[in-house]
Amino acid sequence: MKKVMTGHKAVAEAMRQIEPDVVAVYPITPQSEIAEYYAQYVADGLVRTELVPVESEHSAMSACVGAAAAGARVITATASQGLALMVEILYIAASMRLPIVMALANRALSGPINIHCDHSDAYLARDSGAVQIFAESAQEAYDYMVMAQRIAEHKDVRLPVIVNLDGFTLTHSSQVVETLPDERVKEFVGEYEPLYPLLDVDNPSTWGPFAMPDYYFELKRAQQAGMEAVPEVFLSVQEEYSRLSGRPYKGFFEAYKLDDAERVIVVMGSTAGTAKVVVDELRARGERVGLLKVWLWRPFPRAEVAEALSGAKAVAIMDRALSFGNMGALYLDITSAFAGREGPTFVNYIYGLGGRDVPAEHIAQVFEGLEDAVTGELRYLGLRE
Amino acid sequence: MPNVKVLAQRQEQRGSRFTGGHSLCSGCAEPMIVRTVLNAIEDPVVVANATGCLEVASSRYPTSAWNVPWIHSAFENAAATIAGVEAAYRALSRKGKITKRIRFVAFAGDGGTYDIGLQALSGALERGHDFLYIVLNNEAYMNTGVQRSSATPRGANATTSPAGSVIPGKPQDRKDLTEIVVAHRVPYVAQASVSNLIDLANKVERAMKYEGPKLINVYSTCPLGWRTPWDSAVRIAKLAVDTCYWPLYEVEEGVYRVTYKPKEKLPIEEWLKPQGRFRHLFKSEKGKAIIRELQEAVDRHWEELLMKERCTQGKA
Amino acid sequence: MAVELKSWKELPIGGVIPGGATPELNKTGSWRAQRPIWDSDKCIHCLQCWLHCPDDSILIRDQKVTGVDYDHCKGCGVCAAVCPVDAIEMVPERGGAG
Ligand SMILES: Cc1ncc(C[n+]2csc(CCOP(=O)(O)OP(=O)(O)O)c2C)c(N)n1
Ligand code: SF4
Ligand code: SF4
Ligand code: SF4
Ligand SMILES: [Mg+2]
Repeated sequence: MKKVMTGHKAVAEAMRQIEPDVVAVYPITPQSEIAEYYAQYVADGLVRTELVPVESEHSAMSACVGAAAAGARVITATASQGLALMVEILYIAASMRLPIVMALANRALSGPINIHCDHSDAYLARDSGAVQIFAESAQEAYDYMVMAQRIAEHKDVRLPVIVNLDGFTLTHSSQVVETLPDERVKEFVGEYEPLYPLLDVDNPSTWGPFAMPDYYFELKRAQQAGMEAVPEVFLSVQEEYSRLSGRPYKGFFEAYKLDDAERVIVVMGSTAGTAKVVVDELRARGERVGLLKVWLWRPFPRAEVAEALSGAKAVAIMDRALSFGNMGALYLDITSAFAGREGPTFVNYIYGLGGRDVPAEHIAQVFEGLEDAVTGELRYLGLRE
Repeated sequence: MPNVKVLAQRQEQRGSRFTGGHSLCSGCAEPMIVRTVLNAIEDPVVVANATGCLEVASSRYPTSAWNVPWIHSAFENAAATIAGVEAAYRALSRKGKITKRIRFVAFAGDGGTYDIGLQALSGALERGHDFLYIVLNNEAYMNTGVQRSSATPRGANATTSPAGSVIPGKPQDRKDLTEIVVAHRVPYVAQASVSNLIDLANKVERAMKYEGPKLINVYSTCPLGWRTPWDSAVRIAKLAVDTCYWPLYEVEEGVYRVTYKPKEKLPIEEWLKPQGRFRHLFKSEKGKAIIRELQEAVDRHWEELLMKERCTQGKA
Repeated sequence: MAVELKSWKELPIGGVIPGGATPELNKTGSWRAQRPIWDSDKCIHCLQCWLHCPDDSILIRDQKVTGVDYDHCKGCGVCAAVCPVDAIEMVPERGGAG
């Protein structure tokens, strides 16, 4: 069914249809409306979820860990400072291989405090062990919330999955979103099958033990195996979901007019929408430009991204967060995939911090700037010098 | 009321819920409390444990001392973790996926409760989850090397409030966590001690009659950190109780009851003297002044407690 | 006690230790400097030693003491300290658990 709705509502709808056992959330702009919609669903008896209106995001993630280990299907949502507060426990959730799904309404981290979009919150959780997916639109946010459930819970993965959606740009703007019928979503996500649930009191398990140097390393290596399983699972869930929804999801990223492109932009999130418009305009003028929009950021599909970019002459990698003291994280992800072999020229653009507008002219400037790019350059887009 | 035979019978029937083979120090009070609490509960339980001596020493991978489902996640979130487990239980029971009655227990140290975990505890108490929270109160951060906490008594020598030539140990008074919890108006709050384990078992049983949040703050001797002999756990805690430094009482639906009134209230020195952490107090005028102040505080709080008992029992 | 260390591929998912307690893997009796000797003649089976033993090492059957689990007893002496009739004596350990 097609309807006009905000990104919040799209996420909340997906959650209503999935109907997790437990939702533990704490309000923060620009996520709060997700929590509010869901609380209303609970209040109106539309879902049988146990809502835990915690006193902090730290407790939100802690309650998610307790509930997931107990054997429940669990979803949460947050942004910015909320994620920062959760991060300690997010690492623990990943180490316990708990399939907690989280919508992250991307917002700049303090300080200074700011409520608008950038990706510094997602970057903070980069090495947490959570799978991270970026949505371009409210539609993608909805679709990936549903797919995330299956990816997270796959027996070989069993990891938290974060679905990133740009704060305000996606959360608060109204877009056309096509949702699936409730039953289709329920069938798609299926019944949750917990492993070693705490509530199986006849078979007691010890969760979250203390590991010394004799085992810590092995346990972390075993955790990496969950990440290693993601790509295959991601593709097969996409395939199944595409059949169900009729929307083509294929691959770890969307390759937009990339085939013969000489100059390419790589970007994550809603900026891809603007970039597509610019690509179309430049293409109309005969310029060979293209776009690579990353969906799956963690684990990073190094080989596939490298393959897709290998024919380009120059690539602008756009990071919506600073990694102080070094190039942007996405830049390093991609350029490291080319280590020891010939590749295009790579330039890094830091853009859109704290909700700074990213109009089409700026994207056009990026393409233009690729003419004289030198690998290793760090440029700031839309900054007053 | 569970007497020692009932507890022993239960453990024989269903096996020990917390076994030997952990690495808590020889003579540590924490395992005595844990086993008593778990034996005092009839139903199956799930346990959440904050980081601290108990957690570290009972779960060294790949070993475990727990014969009940157990989860440790972090230091400050035992209450939030058990809240999540309990929420899962409610949700799955509602869907008919769980049919057994299961109860929920959190164990945390004074550091994990009075300090870093206070917010999560307050939140879980306010939301009304059905759980029993047991504080293993050994009055310092023992697991990390006897640093001060807000439960550490004034004057005690702790590694971050050391007794020096100018400052004689921790300058501040301890916080009254038990009364903070009472202020949440939960159905059951109590203080207990390792010296009175049957009193503790009875309190656990009374607490478990209630659905909702319950907390028992249990005095837990740490021979290592307090610098007392390895066999002294019961004796030293008994002195804390008999000096009225650690009164045994409960607050059931707002009504106070002192569960043990010493026939003869001992002077505070009796409890201070055998402990290495207070030795310096006896050697300087400043230290002796602190002892006097400690005595005054104990007297005042004990009188207050008796008054609360009279008031809430309608005998004022 | 040689402990066999496992490869990462053999570990249950999520660092979980399934199956409950593993006292057999941690024989803390080796810590002992003093050994409790229980005198069955003196014992009145009040179970105070059992109740307080931090290492769950007072063995009981039908709510009566039957002995000490020297595999796990750390020799703290709490049992001797709480016994009302001095039925437990602490003696220097001469080595060897069991
Ligand atoms: C966020 C965080 N801060 C600090 C620590 C270090 N730490 C672990 S246990 C502990 C003290 C525990 O003290 P308490 O709660 O009183 O338990 P005890 O060990 O005394 O039984 C500290 C400071 C930690 N694990 N996590
Ligand atoms: S340091 Fe203290 S509390 Fe910790 S195990 Fe040793 S005796 Fe017990
Ligand atoms: S405390 Fe002493 S008398 Fe009581 S059961 Fe133990 S050994 Fe026997
Ligand atoms: S010496 Fe300590 S550990 Fe050994 S049986 Fe007695 S109380 Fe238990
Ligand atoms: Mg402590």
